[in-house]
Amino acid sequence: MAEAAIPILEMKNVGKTYAQGGRAIEALRGANLRVKKGEFICLIGASGCGKSTLLRLAAGFESTTSGDNLMWGVPIAGPGPSRGMVFQDYGLFPWLNVRDNIGFGPKSRGRARVEIRETVDRFIELVGLQDFADVYPHQLSGGMKQRVAIARVLANDAEVVLMDEPFGALDAMTRERLQDELVEIWSRTGLTVLFVTHSIEEAIFLGDRVVVMSPGPGRIDNEYLIDLPRPRDIASREFNEWRRLLSSQLHSHHARKAG
Amino acid sequence: MSVRRSFSEGGWPRLRPLLLAIAFPLALLAIWHFATVNRPASLIPPPYDVWLELRDLAFGGINDDAYSKTLHIHLLASIARVYGGFVLALAAALPLGMLIGRVPLVRQLVDPTIQILRPVPVTAWLPLAMIIFGLGPRSAFFLVFLGAFYPILVNTIFGVRSVEPRLFEAASMLGCTGTAQFFRVVLPAALPSIFTGMRLSLGFAWVVIVVGEMTGVQTGLGAIIMEARQLSRTEIVISGMIVIGIFGFLSDQLVMLIGRRLLAWSPSHG
Repeated sequence: MAEAAIPILEMKNVGKTYAQGGRAIEALRGANLRVKKGEFICLIGASGCGKSTLLRLAAGFESTTSGDNLMWGVPIAGPGPSRGMVFQDYGLFPWLNVRDNIGFGPKSRGRARVEIRETVDRFIELVGLQDFADVYPHQLSGGMKQRVAIARVLANDAEVVLMDEPFGALDAMTRERLQDELVEIWSRTGLTVLFVTHSIEEAIFLGDRVVVMSPGPGRIDNEYLIDLPRPRDIASREFNEWRRLLSSQLHSHHARKAG
Repeated sequence: MSVRRSFSEGGWPRLRPLLLAIAFPLALLAIWHFATVNRPASLIPPPYDVWLELRDLAFGGINDDAYSKTLHIHLLASIARVYGGFVLALAAALPLGMLIGRVPLVRQLVDPTIQILRPVPVTAWLPLAMIIFGLGPRSAFFLVFLGAFYPILVNTIFGVRSVEPRLFEAASMLGCTGTAQFFRVVLPAALPSIFTGMRLSLGFAWVVIVVGEMTGVQTGLGAIIMEARQLSRTEIVISGMIVIGIFGFLSDQLVMLIGRRLLAWSPSHG
């Protein structure tokens, strides 16, 4: 078979159970997901639906309790540079300036100094932080910190970018700008993105595909192929139809759960 | 508005803390002076006598006794022991603290013992130190080391254990794993705590120096203080105290200066 047929990420019947205070908590049950290279996937659902667990499994921070968790058909054994994570709370190294935060990955992997410098310059420019290269994280705004976190992952040659509600802590204006920039970077670089959000609008605006999940135990309910042309207009009729559809999907879970 | 601002940017607000800082010791000095001057029965010499002694210790030409012009010898001896003991303590406590903080096996193995040894005061170690290391500078060195050891150890353990778990995740997904995380994540993240420990420990080394130099060494500020006490030369005792105070203060300022440079990234230090 051609390589293109192998999905970059694949989860087959994945389950995850945590032990918490002597009790077993089923965070994810029977999840199936195939992600093709270059796809932008959004995971959405109420809290406790397992969307963050799914992301952390893909990152390799957690191991599955059952099922197969594969990248290019090979089991994911732990975290690694091919799958970069962007956290909601940034996770930047406070003792490194912007430049060294972005260069952390290449340096860890023993790249030559000149090469690191060249890479860092390129990605600082990509996220528009040229004037802040020597600044420490605590001096940056939330939006800027998240730009550093994105650049840090890209500078490390990540094939898949895993984003856990990355814009959740930002104000509306900054959030919209970063959404635009993310789509721009994604379309230029051919990255694969797995993006967790609780905002329906954000999911429709960003995703090629939106995966709807529901809690108790966490599971994948449905997938929607968002066929809207890009750049997407959030005020358009088609956008609103999607919004209505997904909204009713998400709310029907609550109704079912309550009933 | 502009008048107010130019007033506040003028000399007074900058002078004020300095004046306040000087006012208190001046008052103490005055009390000391009036309580002791012209009282031959007083066991405590008046400030002026101490000032003369201090000058004689430093430059000679006043008393011309065995202590004249010897201050630099004692000062250098004490500084060498303070910093020597401190560096030795740092070299031992830093790696040990990192291991106790991060490796459960090491923690289970040595932490209980250290917790029991820690409350034992340095002074209590004095006789034992003299038996083990003999009379002389080696015992002094050991006691300063002991005093400087625990603050670094305790703060290193604390700093290393309170590294945000998120940073380990960030490092590992960027390809930094295993022992590399020790140097690229744990050490820098714990540096503010380690630094607090170093500052406390250096201060403590100056505190301990007098006890340390009670072990029969010939030179050192502690040594002349103890010797002068036996000779009832209280003005030398006070002079030694003043010199220890000044150099302890200066050495703390130096550490702070280095700290501000090294920890410019930390919102609470920089």
